[in-house]
Amino acid sequence: MKYLLAIAFAVLTVVLIAAGSAHQSSTAPASTPEGAVQSMFNNVQTHNWKAAYSYVAAASNVDAGSFQRDLQGRYSSLKTYSQLETINTRVLHENDNEALVRTELKYSTAVGAFYETRDLKIIRDDAAWKVLWQGEKEASVPPQVIPVNYLRWDIIYRGAGDDWGAQNVENPHVRILSMNPIENVGGIIILGEIENEDTVPAFVSVSATLVNKSGQDVAQESSFDKTSHVLLPKEISPYRIDFPKMRLADLKSVRMKPDSMLVPAAADPVIAVLHQRVEKNDKGRTVLRGELLNESGQTVNIPHVLATFYDASGKIIWVSDGYVDHALLPQTPQTFAVDLRDDLAAQVHSYRVTVNQYSLTRGE
Amino acid sequence: MRKVSFLALIIATLPVLVQAADLRVPLSSAAGQPMTVGITGTGDGVLYLIGPAHIIKRSVRLDRETSVVIKGEELRTSGRWIAVLRSGDSSQTQVFWVTPAKPENLSFLARPSRVPVDRRGVISGMAFVFDAYQNFVLQPAPVAFSLSVGGSSASQTVTSRNGVAWVSSSSARKAGPAQFVATLGETSVRRVVQQVASDPCNLRIHVVQQGKSGVVVETDPVRDCTGNPVPDGTIVTFTQTDSAGRSTVDARIRKGIARAELPTAGDAQIAVAAGVVLGNELHVGGRK
Repeated sequence: MKYLLAIAFAVLTVVLIAAGSAHQSSTAPASTPEGAVQSMFNNVQTHNWKAAYSYVAAASNVDAGSFQRDLQGRYSSLKTYSQLETINTRVLHENDNEALVRTELKYSTAVGAFYETRDLKIIRDDAAWKVLWQGEKEASVPPQVIPVNYLRWDIIYRGAGDDWGAQNVENPHVRILSMNPIENVGGIIILGEIENEDTVPAFVSVSATLVNKSGQDVAQESSFDKTSHVLLPKEISPYRIDFPKMRLADLKSVRMKPDSMLVPAAADPVIAVLHQRVEKNDKGRTVLRGELLNESGQTVNIPHVLATFYDASGKIIWVSDGYVDHALLPQTPQTFAVDLRDDLAAQVHSYRVTVNQYSLTRGE
Repeated sequence: MRKVSFLALIIATLPVLVQAADLRVPLSSAAGQPMTVGITGTGDGVLYLIGPAHIIKRSVRLDRETSVVIKGEELRTSGRWIAVLRSGDSSQTQVFWVTPAKPENLSFLARPSRVPVDRRGVISGMAFVFDAYQNFVLQPAPVAFSLSVGGSSASQTVTSRNGVAWVSSSSARKAGPAQFVATLGETSVRRVVQQVASDPCNLRIHVVQQGKSGVVVETDPVRDCTGNPVPDGTIVTFTQTDSAGRSTVDARIRKGIARAELPTAGDAQIAVAAGVVLGNELHVGGRK
């Protein structure tokens, strides 16, 4: 009896491990256009690229490697660190031989979810439905030498053996240019801009403290990812600080505090933001679109776009941001879009776009 | 009768034999100077001098009138001292003060280490006066401050109060490392205050090249209002507005000039700014 129980548990363990490691992949032929899309992306979800590729029609003229890179991302972009979370499909058009399926994909990443909508053409290939995959055009940068001789700032701090009166390097002088508290969806949002008015680079952050009617501090928060933290000399960044579940009517004042620290930094890369315009996307939402152009010679892996919107009087009325899921190759334009609240679209008189960048090849 | 005489002699000398030791310390002494402690008494004793930073101990043989010399290098710390003489079961104490020696050293704080040119009262220098043994000297002492940059200099002598002398000064109109020196007698301490260009002034752009794909614009040499070149790496934002939307480039000043290539489509308006300073606007393309 003692051995029987031990054997039973051993068998159960093996079965559970096998069940846990088994992929939920399927390469069974799809009987419907929607089924083909679902099966393909289900395999993408489990990173079973071979099975996913089996749903791609031969007429697509895309090899398995390119197909995998299309879905997995390239050049250490945000997409390479993402996980496909949900797949929603809807047939837009269908006949006996082909169909058009709108596919809405939601990826989860460390910086929040990002969404992708693809209208996929599905064709009947023998007896099964298969996806006619439109491969991404892989941008290739022609061989060239791009001279980069921008500044780089390094810092030597005071040493332990220095006289106590010896100066340390001064922290950069930064200034809050504007601050506008607004109420939005049951919370308070502090919007504004901060400038590095010094001649050296600065790591900046802005903190806000809400003070209630009786003069007590009720909440404190600092800008996190809706700002550029490293500012070069005379660079201006928007900031946005969110306080959920707070009301302006309950407050007496808001205390703002900019902080700065001298950090080593490089003046490159320069990222141009081209053809910015506010328009409606295919879902009818208001977005600010444009193109990013990396003017340096190195790949920018994860671009982060910050948009500041002003009303006719020049007051900041909204700050929004968005990560681009593609890397910025040198000298290669890349489109972006950031959301703008529909209710504010009519008030927007002008806007300003700045770009943060995260690159694996750079230390800062 | 002889016994009575001997007893009388003993009784007469007893007060001398049991006389308590007497301690005489100068009420004040200068740091680094030798000091003599006078002791009267008999027998063996131990003299302790307890200072703010250390303790001196001496074994003394009391022989009616004894002098103990404390070397100057032992009395380096200024402040309140206590002399204690232990002899048998009794002890004598006396408080005395060691004053700082003559001023010889300075600690100099100069703030800030980096400052824009042509600002009033932005530089401050504060000197703390010490003697050769790092005792804080409270007596007034003359401290000379001088601030020089690019051949021009300004100096001022300030008498310290309670050990501190300080000045404030305006930054010069010329950028560069300013030598800020505080001098006390033969001692000088130097600090460097980097005077840097202020905000850009009269920011102007012009078209360098114009083609079908776009337009290259660059600034004139970017200088502040006193003519100092604005440092390389400073951000200059070019903004172009045309029928395709708005394009911006945050260019960096390089060799005194910022340059950007903008994808102009037809008529376009190009503006420039550095921080909160706006420059001129250009109209490129057909109509004005």
